[in-house]
Amino acid sequence: MATMASRHTAVVTLPTDTQILITRDFAAPRHLVYRAWTTPELVKRWWAGQRGTMKSVDIDLRVGGKWRYVMTTNGGFEVAFHGEYREIIPNERIVNTEVFEMPGASDSDAALNIVTFTDADGRTSLALLVETPSKEVRDAIIESGMEGGMQEHMDLLEEVAISLL
Amino acid sequence: MARAATTTDAFNAVAEPRRRQILDVLAEGERPVNDLVEMLGLAQPQVSKHLRVLREVGLVDVREDGRKRLYRLNGLPLKPIHDWVKSYEESWNERFDGLDDVLDELNMEENGDGDDGE
Repeated sequence: MATMASRHTAVVTLPTDTQILITRDFAAPRHLVYRAWTTPELVKRWWAGQRGTMKSVDIDLRVGGKWRYVMTTNGGFEVAFHGEYREIIPNERIVNTEVFEMPGASDSDAALNIVTFTDADGRTSLALLVETPSKEVRDAIIESGMEGGMQEHMDLLEEVAISLL
Repeated sequence: MARAATTTDAFNAVAEPRRRQILDVLAEGERPVNDLVEMLGLAQPQVSKHLRVLREVGLVDVREDGRKRLYRLNGLPLKPIHDWVKSYEESWNERFDGLDDVLDELNMEENGDGDDGE
């Protein structure tokens, strides 16, 4: 099981009914991954992925500090996320809340993100554990990734087994 | 809603590490329970218990072959989970590909000109 197909692929697992765990290795030392994760100008360059562009990234990186990201999607919509930093250990660990801003959403729907940066042979293993207040919230977060439509391939076990490791 | 329920059932069944091992073994072909007992190093009652759970959610089928019962994988119930999580994973992959580019640049800056680093 140690031989993963590619360490450059994010692996998503669902450890419990209310958690999502995302892991990925990066070919850079910890302090650089941490910098790219916490510096607004840098976050702007990757956070939207292929889905749009970042309109603004505000980060007040201290315990109790707030963050807010606004993305303009390719479809022209603005979506925003915000939260608060709960714990910060530079280059090691960040704990913050996250709320997807939409009508009816309140801070009681906030997920708790626990990001850890770990050395791995000159590379960095990043683990993002998302703790949600309920299974419904967790499922909604996963559904938000469903824009590409259903993939038709049936290569079930190998990939599912890997994604569940 | 129906999908969430099915997903949860099959998902819960595969959340257990031993059951994933059983599925891994069965992915390579049909097996009688004794093979599983041997390969996993578990007691037969435990293996049977796991097989029962897997059968309940439809992940494992069984057929009689003479005096033996052969278990085999039925992957279909996993497809919804697979698809469901996969597209979420894909959105993170896109994001992280962009992060890779940023990191390449930071790596170069830090290593300085004329120094290729590793």
